[in-house]
Amino acid sequence: MKPAPFQYHAPKTIVETLDLLARYADDDGRVLAGGQSLVPTMAFRLARPKHLVDINGVTELNRIAVENGRLCIGAGVRHSAFETPVEDGPLGRLLASVVRHIAHHPIRTRGTFCGSIAHADPASEWCAVAAALDAEMVCESKVSGTRVIPAKTFFQGIMTTALREDELLREVRLPMLARGTYAGFAEFSRRAGDYAIAMAVATYRLKNGIMSDMHVAVAVGGAEAAPRRVMEAERTLIGRPPNLGTFQAAAHAARMAIDPLDDPSIGADYRRDIVRAMVSRALENAVT
Amino acid sequence: MNEQSGATKWIGQSVERLEDPPLVTGRGRFVGDINFPRQLHMRIVRSSHAHANIVSIDTEAARELPGVIAVWTAADIADVPPIDFREGPIEKLAPYRQPVLAMHKVRYVGEPVAAVFAEDPYVAEDAADLVTMEVEELPVLLDARDDPTEFSFGRDTEAAILTQGYGDVEAVFKLAAHVVELKLTSGRHSGVPLECRGAIGRYDASRDVLELHGAAKVPHRNKELIARMLNRAPASVQCFESHVGGGFGIRGELYPEDVLVCVGAMRFDRPIKWIEDRREHLIAANHSRNQHHHIKAACTDDGEILAIDDVIYHDNGAYVRTHATRVAMMTCGVLPGPYRVPGAYRAVCHFRLTNKTPAATYRAPGRFETTFVRERLVDAIAYQLKLDPMHVRRLNAVRVDEMPFKRPLEALGEEIHFDSGDYHALLDTTLNHVEWTRLNRELAARRENGEMVGVGLAMFVEKAGLGPADGVRIQVDTTGEVEVITGGASIGQGFETVMAQVAAEMLGTDMKKMRVIHGQTDRIEHGIGAHASRATVMTASATRVAALKVREKALNIASELMQAPLDTLDIVHGEVVIAGRVGGPSMTLGQIAAALGPSSKTRGDREPGLSAEGWFYADHQVYPYGNHLAVVKVDPDTGAVKVLRYVVAYDIGRALNPALVKAQIAGGFAQGLGGALMEEFTYNERGDPLASTFADYLLPTLREVPDIEILLTEDYPSPLNPLGIKGAGESGVNGVGAAIASAIDDAIGIPGAITVLPVTPQRLKAIIDGKR
Ligand SMILES: Cc1cc2nc3c(=O)[nH]c(=O)nc-3n(C[C@H](O)[C@H](O)[C@H](O)COP(=O)(O)OP(=O)(O)OC[C@H]3O[C@@H](n4cnc5c(N)ncnc54)[C@H](O)[C@@H]3O)c2cc1C
Repeated sequence: MKPAPFQYHAPKTIVETLDLLARYADDDGRVLAGGQSLVPTMAFRLARPKHLVDINGVTELNRIAVENGRLCIGAGVRHSAFETPVEDGPLGRLLASVVRHIAHHPIRTRGTFCGSIAHADPASEWCAVAAALDAEMVCESKVSGTRVIPAKTFFQGIMTTALREDELLREVRLPMLARGTYAGFAEFSRRAGDYAIAMAVATYRLKNGIMSDMHVAVAVGGAEAAPRRVMEAERTLIGRPPNLGTFQAAAHAARMAIDPLDDPSIGADYRRDIVRAMVSRALENAVT
Repeated sequence: MNEQSGATKWIGQSVERLEDPPLVTGRGRFVGDINFPRQLHMRIVRSSHAHANIVSIDTEAARELPGVIAVWTAADIADVPPIDFREGPIEKLAPYRQPVLAMHKVRYVGEPVAAVFAEDPYVAEDAADLVTMEVEELPVLLDARDDPTEFSFGRDTEAAILTQGYGDVEAVFKLAAHVVELKLTSGRHSGVPLECRGAIGRYDASRDVLELHGAAKVPHRNKELIARMLNRAPASVQCFESHVGGGFGIRGELYPEDVLVCVGAMRFDRPIKWIEDRREHLIAANHSRNQHHHIKAACTDDGEILAIDDVIYHDNGAYVRTHATRVAMMTCGVLPGPYRVPGAYRAVCHFRLTNKTPAATYRAPGRFETTFVRERLVDAIAYQLKLDPMHVRRLNAVRVDEMPFKRPLEALGEEIHFDSGDYHALLDTTLNHVEWTRLNRELAARRENGEMVGVGLAMFVEKAGLGPADGVRIQVDTTGEVEVITGGASIGQGFETVMAQVAAEMLGTDMKKMRVIHGQTDRIEHGIGAHASRATVMTASATRVAALKVREKALNIASELMQAPLDTLDIVHGEVVIAGRVGGPSMTLGQIAAALGPSSKTRGDREPGLSAEGWFYADHQVYPYGNHLAVVKVDPDTGAVKVLRYVVAYDIGRALNPALVKAQIAGGFAQGLGGALMEEFTYNERGDPLASTFADYLLPTLREVPDIEILLTEDYPSPLNPLGIKGAGESGVNGVGAAIASAIDDAIGIPGAITVLPVTPQRLKAIIDGKR
């Protein structure tokens, strides 16, 4: 449980960070954010980065702000920042209800939102939220400058993203949810704070008592290699009133649509069942 | 002489723990805190194959790393025998002992194959990474129910077949009105202390003494075992216990790492420090509990159990460690629990080795498993015969007028004699406490409304206080401070507090004046350590004897010096006084100690020192008993189980410190809950462990463990020791699997549904959905 040898770098600015990444990316250099995923993997020697570029001292990255209808979350923002709503609308409330499912309080005071997105664990709550809301990932490198990658193409597989080795995920932008948007979350994990077996994020808006097509989103996390919106489930909701029958139909559609992970501890069928339960519950839980 | 002083009563009080101040102020000293000048760090290279022939081990690259002193494989310690059995050599089992480093073959993932010694723990780990092993894979054996395979040339993996029983089983079954049959499995889990293991070997050439620091549980026994294995006189080996962050039966046994630091210390003439990491702990320290039972009961129409016939497949993992076959043998002996079973009984245990981490004792060994099996059986009898399960329990439980109850079965080598108790009365206490009838009505109403809620109960008999003898030495210094020198061990249970309470009460002095010594083999010759719920029964009883002797010595000389008749004296607040007289003459224990000094003029021809050794002897263990009751709610969509309410009723005989007894029960319950619902060492088909981190080996946390209700009774003090003590350590864990299984059956409305522990959500969902 002692990491393999590495060199430690502590830049103070984004420019320095990008410089260091440009220099060391090829030589197994990595960003160190909250360290709550990276450090344990290093302790197990599953990861052996030769260089760590610690961004904890880069104060420019600590920003969290609403700009152009988007919540911009800098790479220095910790999970615990969301424990009280960061804005007074459905998005702030959704994030506050989601964050308490991420690990335990001490871990949340260190781990970062962007670190979760960059790490892309299939069962990361923030990744599921990012998928549901079509988040934008702002990636930056010395060589290729800034790229904005939508969630849909960003998440590529188990701990695999479109982020390049020399790129810093500088911030993530979540579209604000208009007032009146219903948003809900549900997950199932064996213990409080564990990575979930499956989870669902759901949003919708009502027009004349039925769910309107513009704002329906159902995303599933934990069940597949990467979180994603499940169109089959969304379609069953559009144009319908929000009641248990409709929700269960969507849940059933999600259950059928997914291609579940199958590992020795959790079988594919069981995961499908959990997806169904969580999609239904996320919709039932949804509040505005 | 009056034994009870007129002074403060300590026994029976929930006093604060004597040992807490250093622990809660960050001044504890755990093995990781201990360092010696010039020490080297050891790192173990472990097998990543579950079963393979070793072709070669390449240590060259590791040896060349700067800072590395040596890298050993089995060939380097050919003179060190395999880890021996604690109770002495057993010829038949000897071939199945674990070598300190794997020889020729590896038999589980995690088995030590090489040891790296380096100047720095980081370097040691870097070097361990460079050790490579060439192997020839062999087929793995992972299920003890499968046919045995070859262990070594000419020997198969069924290391022993153990049996216990009485009566003519076939004859009783032939005539029985009903036969109830079940197949049940208890999963592989274990005690997982928060502090991983650690060991520091140190050889003091100036005194020719080999020291092992970081000993726990049974330091005196390990001293003997190390001496035996390394061919040294026991007097030249000393073990030292530091603070211990949890033991639970698995920590403190003699493991390969302990032997390696000792051998290394002597070979290199430098202290060797080894601290286990969590992954190592989960694959290297003893596992436990994994058994498969195929049990049958022969019953009468009204539910009386006439005979039991059980075939057990005990999965002991890859080797037979220090306990030999103890858990399996205990399983055979304690299975009938509180029930009479008058006709016949037979347990045949196939003690088998598999390619998994070796297994041994974990808190309530053989009892967590058998209570699950036995109480499942009783529920099944009730269901099959359409009887009330509580009626079946009452009918079969040994009655108070049958006590002491002898049963021709054995536990830990002694015939089982239940010393005292009223099982029916305690069951009434439990059922009345929860208002059983009303509770069932309420739960039934909730089930009608679609909720999956249910209740289950388990009865059990514990066992504690294994003899035959334990001794304690007490000495008072000239300031009146008292050393209580025991051969016990403290694994966090409050050992110091309880010994101090007993000594203080007998001596009539403040318990804060006590210094309780434990786990230091250089301070006292013998010691039983802390296991099998023995410490309070045996060591506290010995403490009482020693303290009473000291008291007698003190009063004897005080009587002369104070010129007062012996029977008028008492010791109050550490002073000898004339009983009932305020403001009369007095002498402090410190003054008496001075008066008894070797060169004191007042000593007369008395033996010097205000000190005494006391021994307590026990022919038989004591048998406390209890009930567990669980109310659970099942989520049919996920298979998750939530414990809504949990009650433990337990007759402890006499609680020296009720708060500590309750803490033992509550802590045990948390571990039982883990074993019932969450904790499981699983393997893939290649024998790779799948639960080697806390992300996969699920210990219940504060969020999963509900508050429990504890009904502690002292109705039947044990007649086998003067304080009436029975043990407390294992009662909280004993019945959890059984009670929760029964409650889940009730909640989902499928009698007998639960046959495997732990009841994971995935398993339960499959049962609910009928996909068994
Ligand atoms: C006990 C425990 C339980 C946990 N439970 C959960 C849970 O339930 N749900 C959950 O989602 N997470 C959980 N986590 C993980 C936690 O949320 C982490 O904080 C998160 O996954 C990673 O964030 P971090 O800031 O700690 O990243 P780090 O660990 O520092 O980095 C993780 C990876 O992302 C890269 N990285 C980080 N930031 C950037 C960036 N800005 N640009 C480019 N690359 C970057 C790093 O190079 C590294 O490869 C748990 C962790 C622990 C220890």
